[in-house]
Amino acid sequence: MIDILSTGAPNLIQDAGRRGHLGFGVSRSGAMDTLALSVGNSLVGNDPTEAAIEISLFPFRVRFQKDLDFAVTGADCVVRLDEAVLAPWWSRTARGGQTLVIERPKRGARAYLCLAGGVDVEPVMGSRSTDLKGAFGGFEGRGLKRGDALKVRGNVARAVRESGLGVVPQGLPSFWEALSSGVVSIRVVPAAEYRNFTDEAKKAFATTEYEITPEANRVGYRLNGATLPLSSPLELLSHGIVPGTIQVPPSGQPIIQLAEANTCGGYPKIATVIESDLWKLGQAPVGCRIRFIVTDVDEALTSLGSRAAEMVKLQQTLALMSHRG
Amino acid sequence: MEVQTFEQMQDQVGEPANGALSEHLKRAVLSAGSSPRLSAAGAGALLFDPGTGVFDAELQGRLLALARRAESDLPSGASIEVVLGVNNLLLSFNPLQLHPDKAATALLRLWESADAVAVAKRTIELPVVYGGEAGEDLVALAAGAGLSVDEYVRRHSNASYAVACVGSMPGFAYMTGLPAELAVPRRKVPRMKVAEGTVIVGGAQAGVMPCTAPSGWHLIGRTETRMFDARNTPPCLLEPGTEVRFIVKGIEA
Repeated sequence: MIDILSTGAPNLIQDAGRRGHLGFGVSRSGAMDTLALSVGNSLVGNDPTEAAIEISLFPFRVRFQKDLDFAVTGADCVVRLDEAVLAPWWSRTARGGQTLVIERPKRGARAYLCLAGGVDVEPVMGSRSTDLKGAFGGFEGRGLKRGDALKVRGNVARAVRESGLGVVPQGLPSFWEALSSGVVSIRVVPAAEYRNFTDEAKKAFATTEYEITPEANRVGYRLNGATLPLSSPLELLSHGIVPGTIQVPPSGQPIIQLAEANTCGGYPKIATVIESDLWKLGQAPVGCRIRFIVTDVDEALTSLGSRAAEMVKLQQTLALMSHRG
Repeated sequence: MEVQTFEQMQDQVGEPANGALSEHLKRAVLSAGSSPRLSAAGAGALLFDPGTGVFDAELQGRLLALARRAESDLPSGASIEVVLGVNNLLLSFNPLQLHPDKAATALLRLWESADAVAVAKRTIELPVVYGGEAGEDLVALAAGAGLSVDEYVRRHSNASYAVACVGSMPGFAYMTGLPAELAVPRRKVPRMKVAEGTVIVGGAQAGVMPCTAPSGWHLIGRTETRMFDARNTPPCLLEPGTEVRFIVKGIEA
């Protein structure tokens, strides 16, 4: 059991998301940064899709009631277990009574606290993720509050070394450098209405920067940059959309739909963020600028495949280390 | 039916090829024949849009058949999800288990043989208190349609509605069948909070809010019937093909 000492309502229980219910109008939900979720879970011996705490309001403080392995991944934060400062993307064993503090990120937007065994909340429609729109899943269908006590499934403390264990995924150092510079590159594939935008719009989309406005949450980010006009007005019937869809409403300013995206939309779509780059958006804070790189489905697929292969390798390495003890 | 390359499709639509981007677009925009349009939504989703822009009930019936076939016939290990839209369909899958090209070919093959499903007629009656605080747009909408409030309510409740699809919010049913004279453009600025149970109209469609959420539709009344419960199987009261009738429980000034 862990006790929540300081938090904010945007901090939520999330797993890898709710699959198979888009047809009921139920969003995918799940961690905004699935790379951080899967690596953090792997570090504490969980399935990569296990439920963890997604933290976007800081500082976040918890007290461990019993010994428990944990990992903190995601944003570049100062993390302290009592007095000890932990490196980013690190796992350790907390002793009963110790307090963990996750400070406001130096870079990035969301931290993930993964607990050995996984957070013990009842799955709803096949997932432990919180669906804020429907107010179900996660911890009573809501954000975490001070005073909440979270149970874990099984009390596991089996970290291989007292000093703990960390992982630096491929591409993370360069991504953090990009965050420091204030501009991140995101790969996209043209979407259904791409052809309907003017040549100038297509050029602006691919060559200029778009800033994330304060209207940014788990549903989506509103961006601000060069307007993206259509060649001629377009009225679309409601259609299914996925997280990563970049819509352009009549204002000409794009919106990126994210984890809690409505399952249907009606605005023209210029592009879709490739699946393996979605985690980067989860870490891009308000004010960060985005440069879109137009690519194709082949590259989207190759990139997704490499990430899956990297995860398999990580699992194997971690399994090997725990056997050696 | 054959999946064509982007260049072939461009020849048909006569749009000049954009040299710098055609390579990128090649795989993103597929077309089968001149009409049914298939486009990539990332690596793991395809949007199939055979519509003409104006709602066609028969096409919707065929798409419902396609949705059911896709759920049952496509490889079960590929995390298949189908979102039936209004005269279109989104197929989501794990592209590492099912290659997007194969998904496209399979979907188009299913489409060839998809006949409109004869949906077992299921009618749901929703008692409605029209007007009042929950239906604060009723008076203005009736005036806009040149009708008295009573006449507006009579026409709204005499019509038979069909659920075209479920989406946007958990359990939100897009209903067709709103009498043409009651059709009204959506609000320019959406309301940030519309209460669960609010009976709404937007464009040529009708609906009921399944949860409290933002909406750009107009508010005409309120029902106590629950549209969605995550713990029920199925979680939604209404599903594509369901007939809906609104029953007048009362009219508040």
